[in-house]
Amino acid sequence: MVVTPQNPAELTAKDYASDQTVRWCPGCGDYSILAQMKKALASLQVEREKNVFISGIGCSSRFPYYTNTYGMHGIHGRACAIAGGLKMIRPDLTVWVITGDGDGLSIGGNHFIHTIRRNIDINIVLFNNRIYGLTKGQCSPTSEFGKKTKSTPLGSIDFPIHPCTAAIGAEAAFVARSIDVHVKHLAATLEAAARHKGTSFVEVYQNCNIFNDGAYLYATDRQQKFDNILELEHGKPLRFGKNGEKGIRLRGLDVEIVNVGDDGVSESELLVHDEKAATPTLAYLLSRMHYPKFPEPIGIFRSVESPTYDELIHDQIAKAAAAQKPDLDAFFHSGETWTVK
Amino acid sequence: MSTTEEGNQSERRIQEIDSATVRFAGDSGDGMQLVGGQFTTASVFSGNDISTLPDYPAEIRAPAGVLAGVSGFQINFSSHKIHTPGDVIDALFAMNPAALKVNLADLKRGGLLIVNSESFSQDDLEKADYSDNPLEDGSLEDYRIVSIPITSMNRGAVEGLGLDRKAADRCKNFFVLGLAYWIYNRPLDNTLAWIDRKFTKNPALRDANRRTLEAGFHFGETAELFDSSYQVRKAPIAPGTYAKITGNEAVVYGLLAASHLSNKPLFYGSYPITPASDILHQLAGLKQFGVVTFQAEDEIAAVCSAIGAAFGGSLAATGTSGPGVSLKSEAIGLAVMTELPLVIVNVQRGGPSTGLPTKTEQADLFQALFGRHGECPLPVLAASTPADCFTMTIEAARIAMEFMTPVILLTDGYIANGSEPWKIPDLNSLPKINVEYYVDIERFQPYARNERLSRPWAIPGTPDLMHRIGGLEKQHITGAVSYDGENHEYMVKLRQAKIDGVEEDIPNAEIFGDPSGKLLVLSWGGVYGAAQTAVEFVRESGKSVSSVHLKYLNPFPKNLKKILPNFKKILIPELNLGQLRYIIRAHFLIDAIGLNKTQGKPFRVDEIVEAIDRALEAE
Repeated sequence: MVVTPQNPAELTAKDYASDQTVRWCPGCGDYSILAQMKKALASLQVEREKNVFISGIGCSSRFPYYTNTYGMHGIHGRACAIAGGLKMIRPDLTVWVITGDGDGLSIGGNHFIHTIRRNIDINIVLFNNRIYGLTKGQCSPTSEFGKKTKSTPLGSIDFPIHPCTAAIGAEAAFVARSIDVHVKHLAATLEAAARHKGTSFVEVYQNCNIFNDGAYLYATDRQQKFDNILELEHGKPLRFGKNGEKGIRLRGLDVEIVNVGDDGVSESELLVHDEKAATPTLAYLLSRMHYPKFPEPIGIFRSVESPTYDELIHDQIAKAAAAQKPDLDAFFHSGETWTVK
Repeated sequence: MSTTEEGNQSERRIQEIDSATVRFAGDSGDGMQLVGGQFTTASVFSGNDISTLPDYPAEIRAPAGVLAGVSGFQINFSSHKIHTPGDVIDALFAMNPAALKVNLADLKRGGLLIVNSESFSQDDLEKADYSDNPLEDGSLEDYRIVSIPITSMNRGAVEGLGLDRKAADRCKNFFVLGLAYWIYNRPLDNTLAWIDRKFTKNPALRDANRRTLEAGFHFGETAELFDSSYQVRKAPIAPGTYAKITGNEAVVYGLLAASHLSNKPLFYGSYPITPASDILHQLAGLKQFGVVTFQAEDEIAAVCSAIGAAFGGSLAATGTSGPGVSLKSEAIGLAVMTELPLVIVNVQRGGPSTGLPTKTEQADLFQALFGRHGECPLPVLAASTPADCFTMTIEAARIAMEFMTPVILLTDGYIANGSEPWKIPDLNSLPKINVEYYVDIERFQPYARNERLSRPWAIPGTPDLMHRIGGLEKQHITGAVSYDGENHEYMVKLRQAKIDGVEEDIPNAEIFGDPSGKLLVLSWGGVYGAAQTAVEFVRESGKSVSSVHLKYLNPFPKNLKKILPNFKKILIPELNLGQLRYIIRAHFLIDAIGLNKTQGKPFRVDEIVEAIDRALEAE
């Protein structure tokens, strides 16, 4: 059999479309994320067969069916664990985890933390719509305090978990955020995540137009978004507003919003973004900025290199094999043995 | 069970015996497992067949001297083939009153009882809940008691080596071992060599252990406290090179062998749990074989990582005990649905819940067969002895990869920690496991099947075989998601037929004894040794009893349905309330009799002999 793999440089987004009918609700933000993912895959120039998508359960977790790569739709909350096992045995693959706020942070919260702290070289993309979609409208761990849902008719009394903060708390080396309809930004963020060696975590604000429509209107609406979103750029001061007229300044150990320019402070007083900062302090600070008090940062919070778990395992294996010949027969005879004639 | 054969006692003072069972018992920090292990090695080097039973508490270190902290190691060594660590013990070495109290009931009348006289202070006695000193109140007069001031004799032996009191006292287990070597006529050289290796970096401890081992031995010789020492002749053992192996070690060796025979890399994802943890410990130290071991954050991650690794093309395994299997069950369902090969080793322990973590039980058969939702069949295998864990692990891996299915291998705490001689196989003589990754793009369909009804193993990275699998129902052949009811029913039956078809690929059940008769003892798992010994024993007296030992529980060996009706009665001894009996009744409409025990201990041979006699009498 002769297989002539397609030159990855020639692949386009269309090559990544599977033969399955996409079955998300019309208008779902997932469509956009799927489209941007296909674009990102094409621009990564990785052989199609080297990409693997692993998911858990939920609307977002149907994602692997819709990409013409290898994929596994797993069980609720466990995609990170499945993906980790795959990556450990197959470091040659580009492994993606597609998860949602319920899947990844409720039932899968444990695996989320441990996968990140181990720094297994996989890419976790968390679709955050702040609601349970597939089970039809219960609150999720990212739902806001007081949220009224089917399971919280008097308002949720759970305080929400903040995905980027949680990831940074678990020592994530790559943390980013984007928005489903912010298409160019999203594709670029996914691509950057894939290029990062180690666990990369991308939170994507995603609209569920059935059960939580408009949850991110403040971030997507043309009139409001400039005041509510702050695009992070490495080495650039934190400015936002339609004309960049506002900025973020450090005050003690916290941040404050200031006006920039003639009627405000000079740009030199603003906090400058450093995604390469060795410590996660700045990334943490940024991840704590929430609407409506602050504009919410999108882009790469943190991107630093550190050894990956899969790399370390195979280093250990190589060293052990160099130190001790992998001779099974000799190993079986290596303990105390006796011979009966 | 030993027959005494007097040697030329007056001169050599060595009595030849057929077999003996010895138990070392002390505090869990006293080094009893170590002493037992050394004694076992010395026994196999002397040519005996052996079987061992370590028994230790779940508490890591209970307060010294209390009943809860007693750790024991029992070994049966023999001049003939044996199957169990022995029912009653011939000699008990008790390091303190608590060890005496916990173990005395198993010492046979007239048995040798060696105690450390210096550990019977008022304080020690109180900790062991003794109101009177058993050494003085006459309660031990049925035994041949040898009371030795072990503590001070050991201190004397190690004096001048600069050890502090605590370190010196820690050596006293080797004094006891030396004494045991004298009593059973064993050479010291192997243990001396072991001490030299173990303590290369600490010459003082090396010398101390050497000295006290020899002191114990010489004490036996000179003290004239014993009528004689004993000699157990070599057992007739098949030629070959042997190693002593525990069940857990045998699982490790089996996984490595299966990886070698299938030419697939080994992945082992696990979460620590007694009594399965040693599998992880040992594999983690064998990285030179390319083994990827992963200590996961929980049991679910452990099995899921293995599923990911199986998807990636490795021989994937996870090992645990019953509570861990409970957590893994949803993921095992995923492996059934995705039809990926996976070996799940369940080292059974007393349950339910945390139950008896360090004690054995055989009560997870229902869990293995049925502990998942939906129609979720998979092959279930059970190892019979420590060494058999090697063979059955390879079998589990073979079936998993050849049939593309998860396989559950049941062992138990008793065989996992127990040891016996293992004839080291010639790797080249073991049959290869012929599994290839699928690469044929012309006909690739992820859920097409071969003659075994097994689907192709196409791994990520293979050009042009891109496909998606998952827990949702599959369309037959294409593997596309399907909610069609007719298709679901078809697939449910297909998955069942695939597992049923495994019976074509496994050996027939072997009958020990006559192919028909009054009674068949039907056993499974770690009950093998006791059941076999019992059946051998009753057959010697001419009773019409045969036995079949099952190592394949799902599906059953093909010939089982023909065997069972040839016997008037079927007795099923199990360490549970009758799980195999329930299955046998359901499968074959045969009213089997149960012999059931759930005390955290294996069967004694006499318990099964009695049950056989009862069943025969009740005719």
